[in-house]
Amino acid sequence: MSAYSVTEPSRASKSIAAVLVVVYAIITLLPLLWIISTGFKSGPDSISYPPKVVFEPSLEGYVNLFTTRTRIGAEDFAALPPPETWYDEIVRQSGTVIAGPSRFGERFMNSVIIGFGSTALSIFLGTLAAYAFSRFKVPLKDDLLFFILSTRMMPPIAVAIPIYLMYRELGLSDTHLGMILLYTAVNISLAVWLLKGFIDEIPREYEEAALIDGYTRFQAFRKVVLPQAATGIASTAIFCLIFAWNEYAFAVLLTSGNAQTAPPFIPTIIGVGGQDWPAVAAGATLFLLPVMIFTILLRKHLLRGITFGAVRK
Amino acid sequence: MADIVIRNLRKEFGAFTAVQGSSFTIRDGEFFMLLGPSGCGKTTTLRMIAGLELPTSGEILMDGEDVSQRPASQRDIAMVFQMFALYPHMNVRRNISYPLVSQGLPRAQVQAKVAEVARILGITDIMDKPVGGLSGGDRQRVALGRAIVRNPKAFMMDEPLGALDAEFREHMAEELRALHDRMGATTVYVTHDQLEAMQMGDKIVVMNHGVVEQFGAPQDIYDHPATLFVADFIGSPPMNVLRFQGVAQAGDRSIAIGDVTLALPEVQQDASGRDLVLGVRPEHVTLADDAPYRGRILASEYLGTSQIITLDTAHGVVKARAPSAQGVRSGDTVGLAFRAETLSLFDAGTGRALRTAANAGVFHG
Repeated sequence: MSAYSVTEPSRASKSIAAVLVVVYAIITLLPLLWIISTGFKSGPDSISYPPKVVFEPSLEGYVNLFTTRTRIGAEDFAALPPPETWYDEIVRQSGTVIAGPSRFGERFMNSVIIGFGSTALSIFLGTLAAYAFSRFKVPLKDDLLFFILSTRMMPPIAVAIPIYLMYRELGLSDTHLGMILLYTAVNISLAVWLLKGFIDEIPREYEEAALIDGYTRFQAFRKVVLPQAATGIASTAIFCLIFAWNEYAFAVLLTSGNAQTAPPFIPTIIGVGGQDWPAVAAGATLFLLPVMIFTILLRKHLLRGITFGAVRK
Repeated sequence: MADIVIRNLRKEFGAFTAVQGSSFTIRDGEFFMLLGPSGCGKTTTLRMIAGLELPTSGEILMDGEDVSQRPASQRDIAMVFQMFALYPHMNVRRNISYPLVSQGLPRAQVQAKVAEVARILGITDIMDKPVGGLSGGDRQRVALGRAIVRNPKAFMMDEPLGALDAEFREHMAEELRALHDRMGATTVYVTHDQLEAMQMGDKIVVMNHGVVEQFGAPQDIYDHPATLFVADFIGSPPMNVLRFQGVAQAGDRSIAIGDVTLALPEVQQDASGRDLVLGVRPEHVTLADDAPYRGRILASEYLGTSQIITLDTAHGVVKARAPSAQGVRSGDTVGLAFRAETLSLFDAGTGRALRTAANAGVFHG
């Protein structure tokens, strides 16, 4: 065996790579860790200087996130019956009482409906369109594909005002359907292009075998092509979801009372007497979870999806 | 099972004509070969019979019924693809049962049929494996299993042995032919390998540039090629062609080539011009010192039981197959003897063989 191998990296380069990966991970994860820990700090701890790395964990931020509170007079406060629940108790420590639930749960659900809804719609339409572009003779195919791609060549927010006016006329402003359609429109070009690449890689013989075996074109698509394209569909879905989930500008512009999503809502969490940083951090932490869970569930596909085509399996 | 009649079948892809007006008949139970170099239209023809391409014009009759415009799923045909096209997300059992599931057969019946097919092909032990890890031969058997499981009217095979190792190919060819003989199923088989076609086929269609060059039994095609293309494409080494100027007319029983006159089977047709080609298989060329047609030995290749001797003649290079014991020396000039009934005469202008007493029975239409 030789000391130097072309395919196997040397021990030194392996350790350099490991150090780089660890440093990179720390740099990217540090803000996340900061947000997560701030969510568990008490109000004073969250703004103390120098910043506290070790602190006494508190659920104050989470309680504040889900509730609205009010400050009442000292006499009334003293006359209150003892707190009934653990969150009542936390709230009273800062001299306030719970006035009612906050709108965070509702906004979070809006994000879930709009994010996953537009992802599902983008994937559904994108898969059908990509299959057609990949397999059928479509007149002006190349021009159409370029046209679809060209919708991504400017930032979507550049058309914010026309969309705002259009949505107002159509009654789509501040509706779930409106936001789903908007995010689908932005994502569909990405979905078509990505999925077309994946479907192009699936040999036609599989479908032809199914056609010969007595299946219709659509059955062949559903039973043979779709399972083969699962990798591509999963990774495309992740990209679509991340965009729709994180989108801020249109959400601020087009949604308010009814269909507002979490991104524009979280910064509006202002506690009694100043920004409630633990509550904002708690909201951000919860906001991260769905995309993280979705990505972890599909990560096997995602890894293969990203390297797809580069290496034949 | 069914006769398949192909009539004036034509396929154009835009400006390119892949198949121009083929006609031939595949009899019930035949092992039928579509043979030709790549791009000759043989696979397109097969795909039109299977229903994966619709012909531009022409008819495909199965059991007397024109199916040319029907989708594949309605033709009751099975196909084995070159790369097998096994469904990669299913195991062997599900792959084989898939065509039956589409027919809505009850599960017990599906299981019984699949088990029977597995036994016939000797793959009972791999039924629950994923198809990804199978060897080439096993994949081939699974693909065959998927084809035979539903007793279709006919089998289409698109170079099914092309993806196998040379060593294994021989074995699978025998297995395929044995399976065909046992089932008696009409099989249409595409190949570019003339040895495979001769070895396995009952009938061969030789195609080139989208045109059917010749259609017949392997031996007829080998012994009496209808065109110069077939003469050159079939046989290894191919038929020797001696190009010369001469006159051939109906009734002639000999031909003058250079200053030598060679006996021929009776010519039944006039040649269109003076450019003629004499064709002779290497095994029909014998070295004889007293023969008038002379050639100089250039080289010899030893092949075990025989040798191929390359000679230079006044009308081109000639290869002769001789017993390997026969001693030859490069540079020697020797005589080449031919037997009349093994000679073919081609009209160089048209590229077609002239009809003679020997090949008249082989040519049709």
